[in-house]
Amino acid sequence: MNLYYYASPSTFYPLAGKLIPWFAALALILTVVGLYISFFLAPTDFQQGEGYRIIFIHVPAAWMSMFIYVVMAFWSAIGLAWNTRLSFVMARALAPTGAMFTFVALWTGAFWGKPMWGAWWVWDARLTSELILLFLYVGVMALQAAIDDPRRADRAGALLNLVGVVNVPVIYFSVKWWNTLHQGSSVSLTGAPSMARIMLWGMLIMALAAWMYTIAVALVRARSLVLERERQTDWARTLLEGKP
Amino acid sequence: MLSIHDLACERGERLLFRNLDFELSAGEALLVRGGNGRGKTSLLRILCGLSLPAAGVVRWRGELIGKVHEQYGREMAYIGHANGIKDDLTPLENLRLAAALGGRDLDNATAMAALERVGLSRCLDFPARVLSFGQRRRVALAGLMTAGALLWILDEPLTGLDVQGVAMVEQMIRDHVVAGGLVIMTTHQPLALDGVTPRTLSVGE
Amino acid sequence: MLKFLFTVIRRDVLLAARRRGDWLTAQFFFVMVVSMFPLGIGPEPSMLRTIGPGVVWVAALLASLLSLGRLFADDYRDGTLEQMLLSPYPNTLLALGKAIAHWIINGIPLLIIAPVLGIQFNLPAEALWILVLSLAIGTPILSLLGSIGAALTLGLRGGGVLVTLLILPLYVPALIFGAGAVEGVFSGTGPEAHLSLLGAFLILSLLLAPWVSAMALKVSVE
Repeated sequence: MNLYYYASPSTFYPLAGKLIPWFAALALILTVVGLYISFFLAPTDFQQGEGYRIIFIHVPAAWMSMFIYVVMAFWSAIGLAWNTRLSFVMARALAPTGAMFTFVALWTGAFWGKPMWGAWWVWDARLTSELILLFLYVGVMALQAAIDDPRRADRAGALLNLVGVVNVPVIYFSVKWWNTLHQGSSVSLTGAPSMARIMLWGMLIMALAAWMYTIAVALVRARSLVLERERQTDWARTLLEGKP
Repeated sequence: MLSIHDLACERGERLLFRNLDFELSAGEALLVRGGNGRGKTSLLRILCGLSLPAAGVVRWRGELIGKVHEQYGREMAYIGHANGIKDDLTPLENLRLAAALGGRDLDNATAMAALERVGLSRCLDFPARVLSFGQRRRVALAGLMTAGALLWILDEPLTGLDVQGVAMVEQMIRDHVVAGGLVIMTTHQPLALDGVTPRTLSVGE
Repeated sequence: MLKFLFTVIRRDVLLAARRRGDWLTAQFFFVMVVSMFPLGIGPEPSMLRTIGPGVVWVAALLASLLSLGRLFADDYRDGTLEQMLLSPYPNTLLALGKAIAHWIINGIPLLIIAPVLGIQFNLPAEALWILVLSLAIGTPILSLLGSIGAALTLGLRGGGVLVTLLILPLYVPALIFGAGAVEGVFSGTGPEAHLSLLGAFLILSLLLAPWVSAMALKVSVE
């Protein structure tokens, strides 16, 4: 336990350094392939026209935004249970990317909504939940930013994260309930049931690209966080002095 | 009774101390020494269970203090930098409330006697807001006497006290140790406990 | 155990009684926020009736947030919080007691004021009754969830604004079910479904919130 506590960051740092280029390259290749499929191979939707193509970005971003929150909660729980610093670092490194994807999902949702619904913003259940998810991300990041002591920041952020993850299903359910009561007919973004196979492929590849991007960026951020926190230790000192 | 093993503490990213080991038995006093910012207060907060150490364990009667929260809460009393008294309540109300929160019954007469002993018999009916810093410190010390704890953890108990106050605290500590109690404390002032020689521990050297 | 819980509650109520000025501020805040809406929107009765439940509920959220800043902060400053954390009882009980006390001090007055404000918004008698009932189930949720935020932001610069940021998103289900119950009276679907969902959310908060805010307190006093 003790050994892990002190030794782990020093092994993580070089390992992450080796992995980052691979994930970054994969993210790039998959994005290019995915965008090619979505813009050139996928057929034009006969109802929605060319505008529907925004869902190739919107849907993966929305998936990622929710998934990253759950992954953060997973790392937070591990960190609180076993007091492992690296887990807190991972949770913290993921937060900005998660917020970014939430924002992208909202943004693209608005772009999609303008031609489809004739309005930039509709209080659709999914969009509203996505907005509240953005608030949750902002809350965690603001709390961590406000606390100077990294240990307290980690733990406080992790607790809030766990409270949030328990609450997200309740929030989603309540918003959906509210939405059906107030709107009657529901308009939803991922409505098309008979999606052409090639569209599905495009979406999956884009989602995979988003995954790779998230891993690469989170590792970069985690690496710099680790280095910042461990700058007092021997391995970090030799590393910093070796590279001017 | 109290034993600590391989204790380490960090504040921010700074390591204050590590590999700290000691054991304290009944009837012993320990004086924690070290300059400002060396981790005396941090050590005391770890010992009473408010902070978690970066590494190492604290045991009370052979059990981890986190595991015996209730028993430790009954047998340990802590006075920190803040006095832990409410400004809106009178000294008497403060003592009785602290006792009730500690799960003890404290009748008016006993509480009054304790306040008289610390020299506050004239201020019983005022809210603590109007008392001076030294007087509020005395309320906290009266609380310590009525707490009936075996282990006292005192962080700078002499700050703000006048000459009689310091003599009173020295007397309290001596009586407690002679009666078989344990005291762990920090102070920057000379301490005269005739008949009792406290052990010393230096941190952060 | 129960005695400790009652002592914590009695203590906070006593302290609030000694500082009535602070306590009244939060209640007047509630009244004033609600009264601003007709001024901003216009006095058209049917419009007011539609927005009334939502306005009262949003104001209740804000009023509860306003008083949360002091829930642990005063005790933290004078060191009594440390002493209570070291008491020989589980810290979860302490957090629960503080949340219940917060509800007694700040939640119950809202229940008494709310019908008066409802009349200003032209709510019929049946809706007023449901409004009070929804607040009676909902305001404990606000105190319980809010105690988590208050514990997490203890002693931070700008803690008050931060609490708002952390806790408002978590209040969303309470707001939806609470205001929805009153609207159920108007729309004819009835308030029962909303009220039972609100009750379920209260039970969930009651089970989890004291435990989390006790952990948050430990993290914050360290």
